[in-house]
Amino acid sequence: MTGLTRGGAAIVGVAESDLGQVAEGMNVIDLMAQGIARAAEDAGLKVRDIDGLLCAATQSRTSGLSLSEYLGISPAFIDSTIIGGSSFMFHVAHAVMALQLGMCEVAAIAYGSTQRTVGRRQASVREINPYETPYRPFLPSTAYALAASRHMHEFGTTREQMAAVAVAARQWALLNPAAWEKKPLTIPEVLGARMVSYPFTVRDICLVTDGGGAIILTSAERARSLKKPPAYVLGCGQAITHANISSMPDLTVTGTLQSGRQAYAMAGLAAKDIDVVELYDAFTINPILFLEDLGFCPKGEGGRFVEGGHIAPGGRLPVNTNGGGLSYCHPGMYGLFLLIEAVRQLRGEAGARQVQGAETAIAHGNGGVLSSQSTVILGTQATV
Amino acid sequence: MEPSPLAVYQAHLDRGELAYQWSPAAGRAVFYPRLVCPYSGSTALEWRVASGLGTVHATTVTHPAQGEPYNVALIDCDEGFRLMSRVEDIDPMAVRIGLRVRFRMHKPGGDEPAYPVFTPAEGTP
Repeated sequence: MTGLTRGGAAIVGVAESDLGQVAEGMNVIDLMAQGIARAAEDAGLKVRDIDGLLCAATQSRTSGLSLSEYLGISPAFIDSTIIGGSSFMFHVAHAVMALQLGMCEVAAIAYGSTQRTVGRRQASVREINPYETPYRPFLPSTAYALAASRHMHEFGTTREQMAAVAVAARQWALLNPAAWEKKPLTIPEVLGARMVSYPFTVRDICLVTDGGGAIILTSAERARSLKKPPAYVLGCGQAITHANISSMPDLTVTGTLQSGRQAYAMAGLAAKDIDVVELYDAFTINPILFLEDLGFCPKGEGGRFVEGGHIAPGGRLPVNTNGGGLSYCHPGMYGLFLLIEAVRQLRGEAGARQVQGAETAIAHGNGGVLSSQSTVILGTQATV
Repeated sequence: MEPSPLAVYQAHLDRGELAYQWSPAAGRAVFYPRLVCPYSGSTALEWRVASGLGTVHATTVTHPAQGEPYNVALIDCDEGFRLMSRVEDIDPMAVRIGLRVRFRMHKPGGDEPAYPVFTPAEGTP
């Protein structure tokens, strides 16, 4: 993005809170604070060092206030931008900006959700839209299904190809001890699962789990003195194209085209230079769309690109190496977890699922109904 | 005070009309109804009544936890605006992209306001 310095700031601490189904009575601020304490420990910083706070949650209207109070801090910089699951990629750009301008020195980005415990309806109250609500769209899945119908119509994308995304995610998840799903998954099992919104069965749709986490950013200079190898922010990009699916300009082209271009331009990199790809997979059509719009394959080729295990472990492009929202965890707004996994891959901390020699990573967030897109490109010291 | 865009739209529907807005500044249709044109920023928006003919642009079938599956579709009306709706009088899985459809007012009954649905318009160019 224009105005931000390539490699000027770095992610220095990452952590998940408790995931899956959290303990009784745990609330979203508990999970955010737990994530921040763990991420600070990971970075070799103290919670008290944090003077920039960025957070978003559907279950807390003023989470920035609650989290500041809870942690006993009075942040010099605060931002609760909430535009869906990509909020945290937007937060990264905002944190880089605040650090660059000297508005804060240590910025924490946090998220928490107890949607599995309290129920999805309670965790994310639907707004009435008189032009859509009467048709009982099951949101967000109906909206993504409509987009998928266009992709199938225009490019011949098949349900089997979309199922391949879910199967690849599951194969990665089996390499991640923190993943919710523990059993293998096949394409026939995806296709034969309970239909939710045609063409999506329940296995084409992300999990409903609790969870949260945090990441911590600081200036590149300070980052080099901390505990872990910094993951430098090389590029950021963002785009907002619509709110409701009926207003999406083109159902087969997402704002990722714009956010990706911005991020690549800032990073001075192209798709061919990226070693690890983390894409918001709320639905199996999403990675197909984002692989196309981020330039990993031509428009319309995403379905064929994901076939045959090509994004699974051992495939030509490692995508969603933690198991994704489809098989690892999905506590409502998932974007933060893509950043956590990208950093772990760049540090070489990813264990059995480690992509050898990873120097660059993309974490791409999606929000609403393909409404907000934000791309963050991270790199190791060697890339700065 | 200006009437709300929703109230004007609903009044048309209650007369059996599918209304939309036309933006002279942008030279194109606007939907959903609003006070400011999203293409030009102009507040000069004119109300028009659609012919009621359109084409299915995207379609899905929602399977509720209880009850029968139902269609949800995006309809491109001939006047150049798109709306969410559903196609009735046909198996929800038989609704195809490109299907020509015709507007029908749906009255849910009780206090619920009327809303537009569509039915297949065979033989309509």
